[in-house]
Amino acid sequence: MAKDDNGAEHVTAADSPGAQLATSAASTAVVTRDSLVNPGFPPHRPRITDLDHKEERKAERTVYTLFYVSIVGSVFAIAAYMAFPIVAEDPGSVRLNNLFIGLGLTLALMAIGIGAVHWGKALMSDHEGVDERHPVRGTEPVRARAVEIFQQANEESGFGRRTLIRNSLIGALVVFPLPAVVLFRGLGPMDQDPVALLHETMWKKGVRLTMDPSGTPIKAADVTLGSSFHVIPEGLSEMGHGRLEEKAKAAVLLIRMDPNDLTEQEDRKSWSYDGIVAYSKICTHVGCPVALYEQQTHHLLCPCHQSQFDVENHCKVIFGPAKRALPQLPIAVDAEGYLIAQSDFTEPVGPSFWERA
Amino acid sequence: MTTLTTRDTADDQSVGAKKSGGFTASAANYIDERTSISGAVKELGRKIFPDHWSFLLGEVALYSFVIILLSGSFLTFFYQASMAEVVYEGSYAPLKGIPMSVAMSSTMDISFDIRGGLLMRQVHHWAALLFVAAIGLHMLRIYFTGAFRKPRELNWVIGFILFILAMAEGFTGYSLPDDLLSGNGLRIIDGLIKGIPVVGTWVSFLLFGGEFPGTDIVGRLYSLHILLLPAIIVALIAMHLLFIVVHKHTQYPAAGHTNENVVGYPVLPVYAAKAGGFFFIVFGVVMLIASLFTINPIWNYGPYDPSPVSAGTQPDWYIGFADGAMRLIPTGWEFVWLNHTYSLNILVVLVVVGLFIVTVMVYPFIEAWITGDKREHHVLDRPRNAPTRTAIGAAGVTFYASLWAAASSDIMATHFHLTMEGVIHTLQVTTLLGPFLAFFITKRVCLALQKKDREIVLHGYESGRIVRLPGGEFVEVHQPVDEYERWKLVSYSDFKPLMLRPNAQGKIGAAEKVRAGLSRWFFEDRITPVTQTELSRAHGDHPAEITEK
Repeated sequence: MAKDDNGAEHVTAADSPGAQLATSAASTAVVTRDSLVNPGFPPHRPRITDLDHKEERKAERTVYTLFYVSIVGSVFAIAAYMAFPIVAEDPGSVRLNNLFIGLGLTLALMAIGIGAVHWGKALMSDHEGVDERHPVRGTEPVRARAVEIFQQANEESGFGRRTLIRNSLIGALVVFPLPAVVLFRGLGPMDQDPVALLHETMWKKGVRLTMDPSGTPIKAADVTLGSSFHVIPEGLSEMGHGRLEEKAKAAVLLIRMDPNDLTEQEDRKSWSYDGIVAYSKICTHVGCPVALYEQQTHHLLCPCHQSQFDVENHCKVIFGPAKRALPQLPIAVDAEGYLIAQSDFTEPVGPSFWERA
Repeated sequence: MTTLTTRDTADDQSVGAKKSGGFTASAANYIDERTSISGAVKELGRKIFPDHWSFLLGEVALYSFVIILLSGSFLTFFYQASMAEVVYEGSYAPLKGIPMSVAMSSTMDISFDIRGGLLMRQVHHWAALLFVAAIGLHMLRIYFTGAFRKPRELNWVIGFILFILAMAEGFTGYSLPDDLLSGNGLRIIDGLIKGIPVVGTWVSFLLFGGEFPGTDIVGRLYSLHILLLPAIIVALIAMHLLFIVVHKHTQYPAAGHTNENVVGYPVLPVYAAKAGGFFFIVFGVVMLIASLFTINPIWNYGPYDPSPVSAGTQPDWYIGFADGAMRLIPTGWEFVWLNHTYSLNILVVLVVVGLFIVTVMVYPFIEAWITGDKREHHVLDRPRNAPTRTAIGAAGVTFYASLWAAASSDIMATHFHLTMEGVIHTLQVTTLLGPFLAFFITKRVCLALQKKDREIVLHGYESGRIVRLPGGEFVEVHQPVDEYERWKLVSYSDFKPLMLRPNAQGKIGAAEKVRAGLSRWFFEDRITPVTQTELSRAHGDHPAEITEK
């Protein structure tokens, strides 16, 4: 039996968990004087490896065999690294490389683990030890000495007495991290106004609607009834810098429906062209692309949080956590028959933000 | 070996080393003379750790963290956290010639051009999933056995912070490949942040270095992921383990176990063999999963683009509860007031999820305040012996599970041919009512189990033997449990509802009234442990038992 010999005073207490230490007046714990008594440890039961020498030998063999197996596993992993190289443009070779190195390492690791645990359980002494516990709080003399040290330090430094020094120090310590906070202003760009940027996209009068990602302009005649196109503004696909940022605002879904199915507001009648409507693809909830179009019901579904928008009805929200309809892009047709934007969106696209309204 | 004799401290190591002589002894002596390590061996070498399967959950968490560090270090040698655009020219044919970020391209190279690279990526990802899962289960074990009680409240808080940091590590790591799925995850984070009143827009611009997605975020998350967060985690794990040494491990109620002892196996050799071996087993299991099962196949998703997204997207499991909460908000929770937009569909999620996890963090202090119990507790509660606590836990688990299930609402709808609306409405109901139902059922089950325990202690267990008495009556013989088993059933803390008493001014404060109410809610239908008197009286009632014995 292991014994803890830290030397702190031993607190004696009854075995009942209710009987320890003084319960404060505020405590609702019930201390029963009549509780049953802890019977102490049950008799120790020897294991089969303690009783049978043959079993002990067997366990010993198992343990060292496992450790040898581990060596085999490690060697196998190294061999697999060489035997299963990755061949360019052959995903199957990646799979074999992954599988065989992995299996070798699995064997190497598992065999060590199982061997060590088996050694511990079957062969090492299984007599439980007992450590005594002591209250976590320091003993009274130690606590008294700690208080004394603080008092002495206070005395010698004058921390409590020289209040001007103390308070100015506290002040200095509070203020000195502030420059670090200010430095983080550099995380964001200095020369941009977020609110203005969020209010505008690449769309403006006369910009052609083009296919995502090829950038091919779309003729109104090519948009057949019931079809839908993923659309980006002309020029976006050739952009180098800032392409994704612009795309994250300007992505549009183009849908052609039977004009009779469209319920259009008076002031927006001119925004569509012969049943072709264009709506922002960026969800008004948290900005996922609303990419799933149900042709039968004319509903758009956001795959992230399942907001649904009704294309027949200016993409009003019919289900899900989004509140606002998808912004509509006013479109028209130019002289060559290509679809163009009449203007930018008339409201900010994408998720709501504080300064949006 | 003459140097050894100059040290007269009779510590185990130098004595042992002296006997074996030779190299081991001189090496041990060399190190001890420079580090005084024999003192540490003396203190810790035979320290006792109790054995129970549920104590392994925390070990799994620790070991998976070590696995994450090992595999992650390997990955850092190949991964490049840059969002500069390159054209992919690696081995994976379907993506050849497609522009993508250097981050994505280097992750593709790890997967398809570096031998064992995919394996390490998968080990890293699977171990990360296991890490968070093990922490979660470990926390449930701590909660349901009352191991968070004095003196371990602060260690509960440290563990809680580790849980949050583990999720943060998971999310930052998930975003690093800069693939379509992770980019969508960041898009959602951006949308969430923008929905925060007053500061949201600016915080989003600071985080992303301008407009979403920008070219900064991956590099920034990388710094967090491999430097700042792991450093904090390592420091907190060290504190967490130090506290375990200071407090000594808790133990389950059993014969011989008291609040003043700890019963188990010494570190050297048994615990070291078992715990050390267990590390290799956990590592081996993760390795096996990583060799056989694909995780996060970014080559199927492609590089991030704000426009496409596939149906059935799922976050990593531990983010599910937050994502699910967002899906459960009904339509239309947003309004404009005084020319500013209030996004309740986002704020309510942040507040409710925030309150939920803060409640988890402060629960030990709430319970301690209600019971007013200032004693140290080292013997664990069996969950049934704290019925209200267990029921609260079950309610919390139900709430979490409902949110978590909601993150798969679309998958459930398509797999089981249900309507999206039906799934969401059902989960809205289970989120709101499920916890109450779970609370009620769990509490009743606990009380019933306690009553059953009482009955077993007082009248023995049903032996299955039917005996016909001389009078023709049939009775089933009840066998009494032995004293060791009995102790397990009767040794638990008992509390009664708080009796309100006026203070010195003759007043009853509002806080005390609240406390009394909560205390009544906790303890009014308590089942007390069997006392000596009850036991002897019960034996007197059942002469048949005694004769059968």
